[in-house]
Amino acid sequence: MADDIFKALADPTRRTILDELTERSGQTLFELCGRLTMKHQLGMSRQAVSQHLAVLEGAGLVRSRREGRYKFHDIDPEPLRHIAERWIGPDTKDGTP
Amino acid sequence: MRIHLNSVFVDSQVKALDFYTNVLGFVKKHDIPLGEPVDEQRWLTVVSPEDPEGTELVLEPSGHPAVGPYKEALVQDGIPATAFAVDDVRAEYERLRKLGVRFTQEPLTMGPVTTAVLDDTCGNLIQIQQLR
Repeated sequence: MADDIFKALADPTRRTILDELTERSGQTLFELCGRLTMKHQLGMSRQAVSQHLAVLEGAGLVRSRREGRYKFHDIDPEPLRHIAERWIGPDTKDGTP
Repeated sequence: MRIHLNSVFVDSQVKALDFYTNVLGFVKKHDIPLGEPVDEQRWLTVVSPEDPEGTELVLEPSGHPAVGPYKEALVQDGIPATAFAVDDVRAEYERLRKLGVRFTQEPLTMGPVTTAVLDDTCGNLIQIQQLR
């Protein structure tokens, strides 16, 4: 599981996809492609973006949901918490220094 | 050469005429019966009231067997069938949302363009865009 997450995060395009999904969760493939092209000059095919999304989904970092005839993509940052806690430990904000 | 027509395949011409005129605000230009059923086999076009002699949008029947899968695949990925220009995407978004229009993409500014994507209730997504 952790290997999948590190592999997913190793690619700069996939990190950009996560950035954009953080800005607005629940995007169609069309919106994501537009953001990558217009904001990041990452002009790649829809198929390539789909493949990146599939890797992120495999790592549990993105979830796709069907809503009627539409398909939206949401970020799920939860798996990253385990990675952070592995070395930093659980979040102890407002706790003892 | 000029671009005179653009077309969208609509699930129902009756429903489409209502949406494209009463909701989006276009006006009917041509309505010529072409076959049976008379309500759904028409040469039906609308134009913008801001440009009544301009490009016509054909509201075309979806009868061909390839049309259904084509539209379904585009809608699933959020891809608009066509795009219309507006002066203010955010204002249109607010106006249309109050009329019950469903958006698959809320207003988004990317460099020189602001866009949003809405469902035409007839099997298509439509992009509205504003160039600054």
